[in-house]
Amino acid sequence: MIKDILKEVEELDLKIDALRGENAEDEEMTSGSETLAELETRRSELLSDCKELTAADRVFLARHQGRPRIDEYISELFTDFFEQRGDRQCSDDESILGGIARYKGIPVTVIGHRKGSTLEENMRFRFGMPEPDGYRKALRMMKQAEKFGRPIITFIDTPGAYPGKEAEERGQGEAIARNLAEMSGLTVPVISVVTGEGSSGGALGLGVANHILMLENAVYSVLSPEGFASILWKDSSRSGEACDIMKLTAQDLLQDGVVEEVIPEPLGGAQRDHQQLFTVLDAALERHLTQLCKMNGKALAEQRYKKYRQIGQ
Amino acid sequence: MDVGKIFALGTRERTFQLKARRDAGIDNPRWRAPQFFTCKKCERRATRQVWASTLYVCPNCGYHHPVGGYYRLSMVLDHGTFKELDGELQGSNVLEFPGYDEKLATQRSKTGLNDAAVTAVGKIGGVPVVAAVLDSRFFMGSMGTAVGERVTRAIEYATAKHLPLVIFSASGGARMQEGIFSLMQMAKTSAAIQRFQAKGGLYISYLTHPTTGGVTASFASLGDITLAEPDALIGFAGPRVIEQTIGEKLPKGFQRAEYLLEHGFVDKVVPRSEMKKTLTQLLQLHTQGRKRGA
Repeated sequence: MIKDILKEVEELDLKIDALRGENAEDEEMTSGSETLAELETRRSELLSDCKELTAADRVFLARHQGRPRIDEYISELFTDFFEQRGDRQCSDDESILGGIARYKGIPVTVIGHRKGSTLEENMRFRFGMPEPDGYRKALRMMKQAEKFGRPIITFIDTPGAYPGKEAEERGQGEAIARNLAEMSGLTVPVISVVTGEGSSGGALGLGVANHILMLENAVYSVLSPEGFASILWKDSSRSGEACDIMKLTAQDLLQDGVVEEVIPEPLGGAQRDHQQLFTVLDAALERHLTQLCKMNGKALAEQRYKKYRQIGQ
Repeated sequence: MDVGKIFALGTRERTFQLKARRDAGIDNPRWRAPQFFTCKKCERRATRQVWASTLYVCPNCGYHHPVGGYYRLSMVLDHGTFKELDGELQGSNVLEFPGYDEKLATQRSKTGLNDAAVTAVGKIGGVPVVAAVLDSRFFMGSMGTAVGERVTRAIEYATAKHLPLVIFSASGGARMQEGIFSLMQMAKTSAAIQRFQAKGGLYISYLTHPTTGGVTASFASLGDITLAEPDALIGFAGPRVIEQTIGEKLPKGFQRAEYLLEHGFVDKVVPRSEMKKTLTQLLQLHTQGRKRGA
């Protein structure tokens, strides 16, 4: 299990860091029983086990607390970010973060699910589960992007739309449906990046795109494996089994033609080296955006329609 | 309609009427009356003939019992106008989900349907329409690739022929056994509706018990006019999931048609007895006496 491997690796990380710290001070090569070289070999051996991951491992990694969050993607990949808030109807749902920014000098609209990185933030943003207001806020930003001819880049990372009383009263289903319909007709390029877990309509509500990129250890599915197991087998503890059946990994989805490209992550998962991930993602994003920017509005809407039209035909 | 009269009809209409009778549970011409049917809500019994005469609305408590696809269509379409679209379309086991093929086969033989959707072209009150019905007896009316494809084809047919569209939804949501492919049917159907409406098409969404999950979060919520049957459960998340999440009991009538009416998501709650009349009125309002370009 990846969980155990990562735990060992993290212990080694600490030891190696400690040794390096000492080296810098008194230049002694050994401290305790193991040398730096030995520890590093052991670590790379452990990490090489991470090349072959099971679907359940990837679900674990997709939900890892240390994965980059939306605010980090925005600050690392974009410049000049201006946050836009509110749905202009009744409220501002903070579980969706978005606004205008520049990508390689071009103004774009960037939107994503916000999970938060501390427990306090997690609670405030409902672990990235939006209410209808969030989807309406996103739609407002997207329609505005269309008006000003800005490409749209969305980052998907949510366990699903929030199943709450107020969310239902304000039309969770309608809000998602409206986004699906409107996004399909947008005349600007739309790129979605699945960065963590993409579950159910809550993910799709930001994900009707021309091109979908997916991080190597991200997952995208009709429902969380736990929910899937509890619906089909009335037993949410069989989620491991569900992971294998559901074909929710980036590799499966690439094969099925749902996503266009898989973005490789550092060995052991994106949480181990954010910068490395950003470099690879940045290059891919630029490539896809350049490609899409060559198409006119009508062709973009047509390509997007066809992309979804042929799924399950 | 009498069995004797059915055999005097054309082949297409005869097959349709027989399917409708099968859905209504009165298909056997030599059946031994009376057969009783018990109301799911008040548990009072009545013969099937009584239930059929009230369109499967409980004669005692008014509960709108879920009805099959062909039966529903036979209630609204003008006589002799039914023509099925893509009747042969079948889904497949896209995820190679263990046991799904067998379950599909069982459901097919039990209901006589190919999958959970029936689509047709016909007339309501003299107005030509494309109609689609989700049948909750087949995998809870859940949307997999077959349902998504059939509904999308119906929408595209309506777009191409400039016909109004009526969809009767009843669904437990996305078909779990087809995984991500089911999820993508939400985008596919919604996109087709968007194109249809952008070209000026009228879409009447008719919500019946129960309409939930991925169907609520796609085409069912996109109607120009939204109607609902009394007491139908309509929502995105299921009531049990919501109660677990928020840790409190939900109020009585939550997510029911009347509740949605109060919250602004339904135009009218229409009893089954007035279904055809209401649809006729709406369709005629959109097709007759309209000034072009005005």
